[in-house]
Amino acid sequence: MKNWIALILFVPSLAMAAGSTVPLEDPKIDLTDKESLQRGAQTFMNYCLGCHQMQYQRYQRTFTDLDIPEELGMQYLQFTGEKVSDYITTPMPAEDSATWFGAPPPDLTLVARVRGPEWLYTYLKTFYVDESKTFGVNNLVFPNVGMPHVLEPLQGTPRLAYEQRLVDGEMVDRYVGLKSDGNGRLSDEEYDVVLRDLVNFLEYSGEPTRLQSESIGRAALIFIVIFFVFALLLKKEYWRNIKK
Amino acid sequence: MSEVSADANKSAKQNNSSANVAELESDNPRRKFLTIATSVIGAVGVGAAAIPFVASWQPSERAKAAGADVEVDISGIQVGQLIRVMWRSKPVWIVRRTPELLASLSSVEDQLRDPNSDVEQQPDYAKNQYRSIKEEFLVLVGICTHLGCSPQHLAEGSFAEYAEGIPEGFFCPCHGSKFDMAGRVFAGVPAPYNLVVPPHMYVDDNTIVIGSDEGVA
Amino acid sequence: MAGFLAWIEARIPMMRTANMHAIQYPAPRNMNFWYVFGFLATIVLVNQIVTGIWLTMNFEPSAERAFASVEYIMREVDYGWLIRYMHSTGATAFFVVVYMHMFRGMIYGSYQKPRELLWIFGMLIYLALMAEAFMGYVLPWGQMSYWGAQVIVSLFSAIPVIGPGLVEWIQGDYVISGATLNRFFALHVIALPLVIVILVFLHIIALHEVGSNNPDGVNVKHPKGSLPDEEKTSYKIHEYYTSKYDIADDVVPFFPHMVLKDMVAFAVFLFAFCYVMFFAPELGGKALEHPNFEIANPLKTPEHIFPVWYFTPYYAILKAVPDKLGGVIAMFSAIAVLFALPWFDRSNVRSWRYRSGLHTGNLIVFAIVFIFLGYLGGTPQEDWKIFASRIATIMYFGFFVLLFLYSKHEKTKPVPKRIPS
Repeated sequence: MKNWIALILFVPSLAMAAGSTVPLEDPKIDLTDKESLQRGAQTFMNYCLGCHQMQYQRYQRTFTDLDIPEELGMQYLQFTGEKVSDYITTPMPAEDSATWFGAPPPDLTLVARVRGPEWLYTYLKTFYVDESKTFGVNNLVFPNVGMPHVLEPLQGTPRLAYEQRLVDGEMVDRYVGLKSDGNGRLSDEEYDVVLRDLVNFLEYSGEPTRLQSESIGRAALIFIVIFFVFALLLKKEYWRNIKK
Repeated sequence: MSEVSADANKSAKQNNSSANVAELESDNPRRKFLTIATSVIGAVGVGAAAIPFVASWQPSERAKAAGADVEVDISGIQVGQLIRVMWRSKPVWIVRRTPELLASLSSVEDQLRDPNSDVEQQPDYAKNQYRSIKEEFLVLVGICTHLGCSPQHLAEGSFAEYAEGIPEGFFCPCHGSKFDMAGRVFAGVPAPYNLVVPPHMYVDDNTIVIGSDEGVA
Repeated sequence: MAGFLAWIEARIPMMRTANMHAIQYPAPRNMNFWYVFGFLATIVLVNQIVTGIWLTMNFEPSAERAFASVEYIMREVDYGWLIRYMHSTGATAFFVVVYMHMFRGMIYGSYQKPRELLWIFGMLIYLALMAEAFMGYVLPWGQMSYWGAQVIVSLFSAIPVIGPGLVEWIQGDYVISGATLNRFFALHVIALPLVIVILVFLHIIALHEVGSNNPDGVNVKHPKGSLPDEEKTSYKIHEYYTSKYDIADDVVPFFPHMVLKDMVAFAVFLFAFCYVMFFAPELGGKALEHPNFEIANPLKTPEHIFPVWYFTPYYAILKAVPDKLGGVIAMFSAIAVLFALPWFDRSNVRSWRYRSGLHTGNLIVFAIVFIFLGYLGGTPQEDWKIFASRIATIMYFGFFVLLFLYSKHEKTKPVPKRIPS
């Protein structure tokens, strides 16, 4: 029995990398912040669409939900597909990307529902230089990830930072966090906002109907409470004379 | 002890029966009101719950995308030529008519069932003799109004075999219906109506969009 | 109108059936909160069938299209997302309701004579429901659909001699594949629902034949002629019952009294259901597991494979036994032993209200153990959990052993002849 379970868990030479113990940060998702979603969409189309796709989401729906006029959307955000009603696909051919990266870059339509926004946000924040890797970077949340640090032009080159600390009478190198070289276009705070907007957009694309669902839900719950009150009164009315 | 309980039972029974009477008569106005109110609220709930099921049958995004407008470049069409495009899985013809053809449209009218396009087979802007926005270009859904076959475009005199003296027209091979070069149906053929003119508009002189006609009267 | 109804009635007993089973059916007046779950289960069954039919209108049961068609329903079909969530929330709700319904049967002795067959039908429904839910979960063809199917179907390979062949036969292929998906679709959409509906029908017939139990376990159908007239009920109860028994004010007519009570319960249930459905359909990964939003990948096993929450107690029992065949036998025995519950209980006092403290304790511990096993089966493995799940498995079976031992000479309280006020 144990062997059999171990076998299942060892097919994982191909399995997902084990989770790390980096504490996950909260990007504070707000699906009602349309401007954030628009910026996030822009980041996605500019930096992610080269390799990743959102094959279950249509451009047109994205523009409508994010209040982006169709012509502007097609002009500034739509780099693939012919029509605005097309799905968000990547120009990168799947077989080639599998060869180049080891595995085809996963579709990102639903990634926020698989990983959760905290994981995505922290993942994008914790790339660091690692010369031993193919693309020269590693990641604290997803160790040995096959993805290059696409957002490096924005963040700058991130490195693991160590400081000399006095421990037990000796000066040792202690890991104190990630630090960017500062050669990116954005400051740390601005980069965090870009990430937050991107993750916000990914959360939206995972479930475009979330806001509509909660809106209908509020109305439904109020209605049910009203029904409950009347049903209870009617029930008590008929049961008044039944001995307890 | 048992007497007391027997009495209690008796009066309970009497209470029961008087309560019974009250509820059987349902004259009790509170009961009546609550019953109606609860039933109405319940019915509203059931109706609301039915909405998603009914609405889900509407054409989905995929259906709407497949049925979207079609843009056609008409700059390459020769005079006298017919091109065919697909719109909502239906064949749509665009014909570039010659001036002689346009002039001859009046002469066939005595043979037509609905020469003035009285039946609503076309948008208002095509309710004229040419059945089009611009005289030169005819836009028609190429489906016979009888039972749905796609008629043939017979030009250069070959139509005269079916309609004496008329050199050009549409002939449906399935049951022999005939239409003139404005898509109007001949009298005495199985098809009852003129060919349908789809909603369409000119975005510029070289481009027709089939499927929308926003802003065009 | 009356003439029309009479015409129908002479040809098919519509009114007679409605009166016998839904209107003038004698319902014990002390039926409490625990008694709403049968009604709620029927409501959820109707929900699953209706939303299931609607989902089938757009779902494409092929390995290539299944996952994409679910996203198509979620994004492109008007209100498709709502119908999908009604179905997935309904599946979780079904098991919440069914487990409560079963526990009611245990605490009030509703499985005792003459209701043993009623209990058996219920267990058959439970079995069919588990198969139905398992196959339904495979259909979206996500990572958990695929790998959960992989793990559970491969259990059958533990059966000696025929095991491996049986697994291939179930799969229709050398591995879980589109062939498996397609046949699970057929079974899930029509075969098992038909079986379940028929079983529910038989379950209700069996119930109405012997009559409903109640929280005091008191008989509400008294021998004919044993009661004086003034004690007989003044409500209209169908003569099918009154001709055979004396019916007193222990009962109320099912309509409107029980129906109204059920409506109130329905409103409460609906509130909880809608809250989950509209605001938290994933239920933190318990109702819709996170890995299932990733398309099935035969080359990539998820880090943790769990079944959906309602199977987790049995999964824990399976893992508790350190032998593959032993684990499978333990798991199936855990369900088999529930079938045999009427025969483990040798007492003829039904309700825990009149039975010993030992019995009450036994029942409560059983419930806690079941929930604890669920926790153990639904969370990542840790060393202490292996030991804990073995203890818990022993305690699970221990409930039945103890019950058998003490029930014959258990200290019980006298059961009243009539429903107490």
